[in-house]
Parts: sequence; structure tokens; C-alpha cells
Amino acid sequence: MRVVVWISEDTWEACVDQARELLPADADVTLLHVAPADVEELAAHPGPRLLGRHPPPPPGPPLRMIADEEAQALLEAAQIRFARPAHTVARRGRVEREVVQACAGADLLVLARDGERRLGPKSLGPRTRFALDHAPCQVLLVWPEAPPGIETIPPPPRPRRH
Amino acid sequence: MSEAAALVVLAACLVAAVTRPRWAPDWAVAAGGAALLVVVGVLSLKGAREALGQLGPTVGFLAALLVLADGCRRAGMFEALGAWMALGSRGQPRRLLAMVFIVAAATTAVLSLDATVVLLTPIVFATAARLRTNARPHVYACTHLANSASLLLPVSNLTNLLAFRASGLSFARFGGLMALPWLAALAIEWLVLSRAFAGDLRRPGLRSTANLERPELPTFALVVVALTLVGFALSSLIGIEPVWIATAGAVAMVVRERPDPRGVVRAAEPTFLVFVLGLGVIVRAASEHGLSTAVDAILPHGTALPALVLVAVISAALANLLNNLPATLIILPVVAVSGPGAVLAMLVGVNVGPNLTYVGSLATLLWRRIVHAHDHETDMGEFTRLGLLTVPAALVACTAALWLALQVI
Repeated sequence: MRVVVWISEDTWEACVDQARELLPADADVTLLHVAPADVEELAAHPGPRLLGRHPPPPPGPPLRMIADEEAQALLEAAQIRFARPAHTVARRGRVEREVVQACAGADLLVLARDGERRLGPKSLGPRTRFALDHAPCQVLLVWPEAPPGIETIPPPPRPRRH
Repeated sequence: MSEAAALVVLAACLVAAVTRPRWAPDWAVAAGGAALLVVVGVLSLKGAREALGQLGPTVGFLAALLVLADGCRRAGMFEALGAWMALGSRGQPRRLLAMVFIVAAATTAVLSLDATVVLLTPIVFATAARLRTNARPHVYACTHLANSASLLLPVSNLTNLLAFRASGLSFARFGGLMALPWLAALAIEWLVLSRAFAGDLRRPGLRSTANLERPELPTFALVVVALTLVGFALSSLIGIEPVWIATAGAVAMVVRERPDPRGVVRAAEPTFLVFVLGLGVIVRAASEHGLSTAVDAILPHGTALPALVLVAVISAALANLLNNLPATLIILPVVAVSGPGAVLAMLVGVNVGPNLTYVGSLATLLWRRIVHAHDHETDMGEFTRLGLLTVPAALVACTAALWLALQVI
């Protein structure tokens, strides 16, 4: 059984904990982190937004290097918490699409809700929803903390009056 | 014929600035185009000299501000700001966003939009990454505030510098009138961004900030910037042009930091200064041959609230079509006739407007789509969605705040 566990800054602990608890011991687990290339590009390349200006590159290490270092550190932390053998993969690009790509050939994707902490569609952010909707495998969707109670369900829509 | 020639040269200049071909640098196209228009008689030598005379002090002012901001960078001010934001956040993403708002708004207002885009935004990205929290809300905030927080002072944006001379306002009065619109823009950005990224801001960062070192404050640079600001505020009282105060600030930073002279010249970006001068002459030629009349026919006159809002909206549209620099050069001579209120309404449009398109203008966007047809790295959809949520609201709210300030102050 090949399993991809999506490690994102906001929700990784819950994914790792549920994977450790629920996956069979012989599962072939990959911990996956995806760095958003668009955010890095927005921060690093002012380029055409400043018409006519050609500023030198910003001082300090390139942002790519900082992003890579932090991704590796996060994956190491996830591996320690998982406490079982696992591969780690760091990707970079459009986050939701890279996650789906990384699931090619996998049997299961483990990911967490990253929106509002109450029942309903808003409990999924746009990137998580995309990965959930497009995953080419089974999906284990976990709550980042204890699941909210049944009372947080939105009220039923009012019947239409004609 | 002359009109067509001036517009063709203007288009060539903008195309060169957007596409950046190696064989035709934008500054050379701007300077060459301006010279060509004079040689073929589209613009008289007197007209060109007048345009250069009007732009000269503004370009000098700009050079001084670029050197001042570069001095702050050398003194480590932006690293210190990064450390200060990390400490102040106490590991909470929402607090970090608040710190980013304060720092980006202040940096933009005092050291200009360019400093926020070029020097502060990479620091904000690195700060969020090191706190192991999602950098997206914070980088977007910086990108947005570089535009919308550049309303406050004449030095906050090159568009403001250009308008400042034409408006005839004193530095202090400019800031006084724009304070309320600036706060309105910040409030709208906060409301929209903190809601749009609510999911990303909920979880605390993974790194504790307890062990972070206190940043070493670049005291000299902070004092120079503070004194420069005080000098700006008092400039009309003491009868010294603000450009000389900016120059004094820049000289103080150079004397203290003693950078390589080539570094100082590079910081002043001479090619950019030539580009602005060339563009100014070209727009002058186009304006003399019908462009001003065309713009005058579209723009409303007077300083009633509906007229000001319409000026802001049309300016924002043109800034999104071309870019805010040529838009300002084109609209400014027309609105200057209606007085400082209309000039400041134009600034609301050209400064806030560019948040609508990812790269500041549709022309650039189209070009990038053609060149990077398969570029998956830019998520323009999200940027545009945030732009649609903030820009129309900010245009109306800021112009209304400006109108109110004009009645009271």
C-alpha cells in the first residue's frame, strides 16, 4: 500500500498522527511537502511591477534556499513525529497540482482540513479542496484538531416560498 | 501625423520597458525616442526643455530617496525590521500579519513603494518561512500595501513626487490631506486580507519566538530617517525645498556607511532616471498633439465628490491599462487645472489601482501570458480576486476620505 501524507505548515501534526494510528505497519509512506512557487516569485521578483526599474537582487541568501531549508526541516520534524520508516519528498510549484501529481500511483492520500473549525464546506481551503476533488486515489481527510461537534452543522436551508 | 508619431514612440517606450529586450534597453528607447521627436519636429526644443525643467527636480528628489533607502538597507534596517516583526508576532500568524501591516505601511510611506517591493518583501517572506508559518498572507499584504499605503506622503511613490510639484501643496499639507485616505486604504486592506486568509492565520507558527535574539537597531539610520521626515514636515516653514532635505539625508547615510562610489551610483539607478526623463518628454509630445485634449474630454472637472471619484476610477483604469507612471504623466497636466483636490484624487486612482493586476498593468500581463504561456508559477487568479475585493472599495472609500479632508483641513 503506497500512501502520500501531505505535510503543510498549518496541519501536518494531525496528518502524521492519524497516519501513524490508522495505517498498516507495512504501508509504504511518503511524507510530501510542497513549497508555493507563486509566493516566492511574488516576493523575489518585483520585475515588471516597477516599470523602468532594474533593482539589484535582494541581499541575503536567495529566497529559494531559505524555502528549501525550511521545507527540509519541516519534513525532518514530521519524520521524527511519525516514528516509522518513511520517504520524504519536497516539491515546489502550484501546491494543489503538485500534491495531485505526487499521488500518481499511490493508493491513499492523507490530508487535513485547513478552513473553518466547524462542519461544512468552509472547513476546506481552496487548495485542500482541489487536492480532495482531484486525488487519483483513496483519501483520508482528517481534522487538524478534535472534530467539531454535531451542533456546528449549518441549519437546513429554508424552504422556498412561491 | 505628429500625434501618431508621438503615440508610436510612447508605445515603443512602454513595450521596451515591459519586454526588456537586451538589444534595446528601456532607458535608451525612452531617451532615443524623446530625441527623435525633437529632431523630426514633433516637439519643439523649447517644449522638451520645459518638460525636462519640470521633471529635473523631481528626478533628483527620486535619486536622493533611492540612495537614502539603499543606505538604510546597508545599515541593516530591513533585517532588523524582520527580526522585530518575528519577535512581535509571538509566533501568532495574525499578529505577524499586523506587524507586517505596520512595517509595510510605514516603510512605504517613508521610504517609498520601491523600498517595500524590493527590500522589505523578501525579508517578510524569509521571516514567515523561518517562523514556519505560511508566507502567503504576509507576502500578499506587502505587495498590496506597497501600492495602497503609498498614498500618504509625497515621497511614498514616484507618482506622488510628480504630482507634488504640480499640486503646489506644501509637504505637510499634502500629508495632512492624504492621512485619512491612507488610513481608509489600510483599513480596507486589513479587513479583506485578514478575512481572505483567515484559514492560514489560525494556527500558531511552529517555532517559538522566545529564543529569538533581539535585533540590533540601526540607530543612526533611524535617526537620519526621522530627521529627514521632520525636515520634510517643516520644509515650507523654514523655506527649504524638500529635495534638499532628502539630499541631506542621503549624504548623511553615504558619509556614515562609506559604500563603494559605484554602489552609490547604482543605488540611484541612473538608467531609471533617464527612463523617467525620456518618458516625460515623450508624453509631453503626445499631450501637445491631442492626448491632453482626449484625456480632458473624458475626465470630469471640479472637486465635488462624484467628480473626484470619477477621476480616481479613470486614473485607476489607465494605470491598469498602461502602468501608473505613464498614467500619471498623461493625466497630471489635465487634472492640475482643477486644483490640488483633483490631483490627489488622481493619486488615489494610480496608487491603489495597480493592485488589480498581478504585475501592475494589463499590457504587462498580456505580454507575460504570451511569453510564459505554460508558466505554472504565477497564480494570477488569487491576486486578481483579492484585487477585485480591495481596489473598488478602496477607490471609493479613499476618495470619500480625501473629499472629507478637503472640506475640513
